[in-house]
Amino acid sequence: MNKMLDDDQIFNISPGRHVDLDHHCQNGGYSALAKALAQGPETSLKEILDAGLRGRGGAAFPTAEKIKMLRANTEKLRYIICNADEGEPGTFKDRFIMTHIPFQLLEGITIAAFMAGASEGYIYVRHEYPEAQKILHESIEEAERRGFLGDNILGSGFSLSLKLFSGAGSYLCGEETALISSIEGKKGRPRLKPPYPTQAGLWQKPTLINNVETLANIPKIIEKSASWYRSFGTPDSPGTKLISLSGDVQNRGLFEVPFGMTFAQIINEYGGGAKTGKAIKAVNIGGASGVLIPPEMLFTPLEYLACAKTGITIGSGAIFVLDDTRSILSNVQNRLRFFLHESCGKCTPCREGLRQANLILDRLLAGEAVRQDVSTLERYTRAIQEASFCGLGQAAGNSLRSSLAYYRDEYLASCRDNKPSFIEEETA
Amino acid sequence: MQTINITLNGKVTAVAPEITILEAARQQGIDLPTLCHHPDQRVKANCRICVVEIEGVKNLVPSCSTRVTAGMNITTNSPRVRETVRTILELIFADHPQECLTCIRNGNCELRQIAAKFGVRDIQGEKRKHSFSQDFSTPSLVRNPDKCIKCGRCAEACHYIQNVGILYSHNRSTEISISPEYGKQLADVACVLCGQCALVCPVGAIHERDDTDRVWEALADPQKHVVVQVAPAVRVSLAEEFGFPSGEIATGKLVSALRSLGFDRVFDTDFSADLTIMEEGHELLDRIANGGVLPMITSCSPGWIKYMEHYYPELIPHLSTCKSPQQMFGALAKTYYAQTSGLEAKDIIVVSVMPCTAKKFEAERPEMNASGSQDVDIVLTTRELGRMLQHEGIDFRMLPEAEFDSPLGISTGAAAIFGATGGVMEAALRTVYEVVTGRTLTDLNFTAVRGMVGVKEASVDLAGTEVKAGIAHGLANAKRILEMIKAGQADYTFIEVMCCPGGCIGGGGQPYGTTNEIRARRIEALYQVDENMPLRKSHENPAVQELYQDFLLDPLGELSHRLLHTQYCNRS
Repeated sequence: MNKMLDDDQIFNISPGRHVDLDHHCQNGGYSALAKALAQGPETSLKEILDAGLRGRGGAAFPTAEKIKMLRANTEKLRYIICNADEGEPGTFKDRFIMTHIPFQLLEGITIAAFMAGASEGYIYVRHEYPEAQKILHESIEEAERRGFLGDNILGSGFSLSLKLFSGAGSYLCGEETALISSIEGKKGRPRLKPPYPTQAGLWQKPTLINNVETLANIPKIIEKSASWYRSFGTPDSPGTKLISLSGDVQNRGLFEVPFGMTFAQIINEYGGGAKTGKAIKAVNIGGASGVLIPPEMLFTPLEYLACAKTGITIGSGAIFVLDDTRSILSNVQNRLRFFLHESCGKCTPCREGLRQANLILDRLLAGEAVRQDVSTLERYTRAIQEASFCGLGQAAGNSLRSSLAYYRDEYLASCRDNKPSFIEEETA
Repeated sequence: MQTINITLNGKVTAVAPEITILEAARQQGIDLPTLCHHPDQRVKANCRICVVEIEGVKNLVPSCSTRVTAGMNITTNSPRVRETVRTILELIFADHPQECLTCIRNGNCELRQIAAKFGVRDIQGEKRKHSFSQDFSTPSLVRNPDKCIKCGRCAEACHYIQNVGILYSHNRSTEISISPEYGKQLADVACVLCGQCALVCPVGAIHERDDTDRVWEALADPQKHVVVQVAPAVRVSLAEEFGFPSGEIATGKLVSALRSLGFDRVFDTDFSADLTIMEEGHELLDRIANGGVLPMITSCSPGWIKYMEHYYPELIPHLSTCKSPQQMFGALAKTYYAQTSGLEAKDIIVVSVMPCTAKKFEAERPEMNASGSQDVDIVLTTRELGRMLQHEGIDFRMLPEAEFDSPLGISTGAAAIFGATGGVMEAALRTVYEVVTGRTLTDLNFTAVRGMVGVKEASVDLAGTEVKAGIAHGLANAKRILEMIKAGQADYTFIEVMCCPGGCIGGGGQPYGTTNEIRARRIEALYQVDENMPLRKSHENPAVQELYQDFLLDPLGELSHRLLHTQYCNRS
């Protein structure tokens, strides 16, 4: 069993406590930046590569590989974007980082920019996070005053101009190409890939886009080494993951969890198990775009490879527990309605597929659906997943697909033509 | 040529690297379905019905936006692909009014054709009840947002080909719509009514205003003398409506067809195109001699005129004051022709067949009444004439060749090429050269002004004075030239602008399915028409000469000015 984290951890999580710049520096903060600047980008990048850091926004792309792609680009002007458009219902990890340990994030952005050779950057924060915006704004100014940001950082000759960008409020702007469009002042709709942002991103310049949590990992890896980092987690998935735990558990909140723990462990040891006297009916993993799994799958470890094998999407790291008083169908419809509202409307499967899926769920919940509707819903879900334009559209079908796989009986039981078996026998 | 090997439906095939899967499949004779894709537009990849399966790739990928790579193993016909494509079609249909039988696109709707091909038989989804109102605000175009499938082809044409950009997508999710700003009507925004949106729309969401019933009515009225004029570009595109290959020259059959519909006289806009050259050529010479505003810009294309009025009113003095051939014809039909044929203008109905939707607007401009009432009464597009002929049951293949009526049907090769980009310029240069130098042109073909290049240039020596000509087609290209004029960088004397890509042969009222490739074939056909004409210079048109002798007297004369010239307004 993996060790529970104690004092020695990557994220300094103590709710209610805001780590200011002095505190950050007292705890070893900005020593990583100094170290990175001294040892140069290649050595620092090697450390990130060895640490095996993967993107924490959902796609889990190897961070060092992404930075390498930028380094391979001959274009001089490169951008870094910190994706802080956290909008997945049930996910609140990035907001915590921004409001509680902003300088760890800023330090991570600065080191990443240094490794990628980016001189300009944005933190894209959704406008629904005014507190995070305020704190980041003040923190950027302070870091600039103290020489940790701006021109000639720590006398190294490296400069980074970092700005805050407030998104107008669209879930889809978390998709990296839609996010770029949004900063450029265009509609927040995804663009065709390739070219990838690392090739032609913001204003057609090479752009590194990373999630808040990913970037906040970087200073600790540089400061304490890849091997220290690898002491957490598993060989496949090193380090820790911030888990937003909510729903029908005793302790809800944000927890830093080493990779390798099973979901059952996380729910029991961090969450204190299901609400008193209730059994767990289903668990949603990976936020609204994640999957709905039955309790018997909770023995899967939180690990990219293991989860991929069982079809679980770790996503942003949200875990939402449903006890046996909950309706799977209305839970799925909640999430579906979220996606229907947030779909950009550009491609047919996402726009029309979600609309029709929502209508079928309406009928199911009203007891007006027939069994045929369930198979139609399955077919529409496949189209949404198979053919949507962007990753968010494709993922929008995840909870539908998984709930149809594991809770098909509940769907069928809601159908008007679903007759109990003894009646069928009578008529036969 | 370097090639790479891919496997397509189990068969190893060598294809050029860097092409898309869609292109590779079509080269191999596999026609994957597409809706948002258009060969002359950027890849949008939003309809998702061209998806295919690639071995090793988790999801299906759109073939229009995915490029082949060496060793790629592609399947376009697996049950998985078929189910997905059918489902997406079904989803589109569920959001689409089920009015196929009464739709103007019945018979040539791309969505319906694809659905038939893929065997979409049942729509499980809940049909959406729409509440959008139709836009009948302009004389040219009708918008029916209920039928819009949000493929974005219209907006793409409006933005990138015309650079007008009044149509674009709003809102998100199921609220997404493609319309002018804030859901306004076309008449309330700076739309030039070029109809390029209608030409590329795969369904019946935007189309020409149908004026065929008004023509049927006129033809049935024994009190009316109904004459028809046909634009040069129609003779090389109409046959496509009857399944002929693009670029088929159908002048003679066209005349027969119009006669069998019952028109009293079948005339030719080419006649007034020759007349336009006379007026415009002399206007140019007058401006050069008397220090008028230069460069002078042609004014035959009504979408282009409206564009100037909306977007560049400060440059209006550069526009030739000549009316378009359509309007010159209308003014003469109700004056000169009425007089010579002993008819009263009020009894004459002038119908035009145009490749253009903006011509409907032009005919209804209040100033276009030189004859005392509206000069051109009804304008049909090529597509509408096609529908009338289908309605009448005319078998286009069986029609005999016939000749236009005289005198307003007599024309030259110079007039015929008006339908192609650069044609007005070439026709003008043929006349201006001979008028100015007094010499006979040995080579009539100004090839530098021909072809589909966006902005073309040519220069002619007119007895020691160099006249530099510029040609632009498609408003995005026109805008480039206008910006040059504004910046004082345009050293042209004479500029031809055609609103639509390729000129009138690519107009917004032309047969559906028009692409740049088809435009090129129609252009080729027009130059062939020119080559085949006994007379190829406008000033040699005997009917035009007679018109000046007996009626107008002089180009730019008083009567010419009253009947054949106009002024413009600031619409900004």
